[in-house]
Amino acid sequence: MESNHQWPTWEVFTQKKQGAPHEHAGSVHAPDGEIALLNARDVYSRRQEGVNIWVVPSDAIIASSPEDAGAFFDPANDKMYRSPNFFKTADGLKQI
Amino acid sequence: MMTDLQKALIDFCLRIADNSLIHAQRISEWTGHGPILEEDIAMSNVALDLIGQSRGFYTYAAQIDGDGKTEDFYAFRRGEREFRNKLMVEQPDNKDFGFTMMKLFLNGCFDYLMFRDLMKSTDETISGLAAKSIKEVTYHVRHAGDWVVRLGDGTEESHQRIQNSLNELWPYTNELFEQDSVDALLISNGIAFDKEKFRDEWTKMVYEIFAKATLSVPENNTYSPTGGLKGIHSEHLGYLLAEMQYLPRTYPDAVW
Repeated sequence: MESNHQWPTWEVFTQKKQGAPHEHAGSVHAPDGEIALLNARDVYSRRQEGVNIWVVPSDAIIASSPEDAGAFFDPANDKMYRSPNFFKTADGLKQI
Repeated sequence: MMTDLQKALIDFCLRIADNSLIHAQRISEWTGHGPILEEDIAMSNVALDLIGQSRGFYTYAAQIDGDGKTEDFYAFRRGEREFRNKLMVEQPDNKDFGFTMMKLFLNGCFDYLMFRDLMKSTDETISGLAAKSIKEVTYHVRHAGDWVVRLGDGTEESHQRIQNSLNELWPYTNELFEQDSVDALLISNGIAFDKEKFRDEWTKMVYEIFAKATLSVPENNTYSPTGGLKGIHSEHLGYLLAEMQYLPRTYPDAVW
């Protein structure tokens, strides 16, 4: 038995309302997916935060590393034309 | 002057409310002591669900009584002989998580079937309370059932311990189905339903989980503790009430 007796961690994504994107809420420990789902429900939806939950094994997530930041994100700095800021929009439209 | 039917309805509500409240008090003993943070929160959630259920039924009983009683009166100003909960829920959990889950599962399956029937009650308050409660109970059964399976079909030690919990709690399940003249009167008025009628379904429900959990129900069990309907309890309820009622009894008009 490994010295770390913690159960694996699972990342929790909750959906605020139908059609909305699932957003990262936090993580839970659990021995398997079903228990992870229940734990996520108990920890992250007690105050009506969501209508749907995803749980994903934390080690299934491939993340970029801080060292990648320069190469990954800086090149977008001077490319304003990628943002849809220059379109005329209807009055009262909050977002496009 | 109260009719016999009103008196029976009060008794009926108090039995459900007392059972949920005492069960909740036992489960809430885990708050801050859960085996992991997530289960600690889960058990507190379950306890709060059960307290919510008891409040609904206490409030309705107080309303029928019409004598200025409140939900707090029923919870905090009655002695153990006046409590109508089943003996199973008052049994101490002794910090054994599997015991708590087994109890929640056995009682939860019963409550699920009871509330399912009560949703068809001719009394609109009862059917409304049942409709709200059954969603909570559905989750309790899933949560507790999942753990019964995992502990039963887990390690040698977890299997033995959850089997011991089943052996200890099984004799108390008989009392869940007890009924008396209170039930009979309400049944004849379409307000309540015969619990005997879903006994087979309850048995099937729990046996299905026990099969997955590789647990076996104790055979030739002849011990069947009873007394809740008459307010005759095990020695454990008095201690539980002493703790639960300490504050309102010591400072009778304390407010937040």
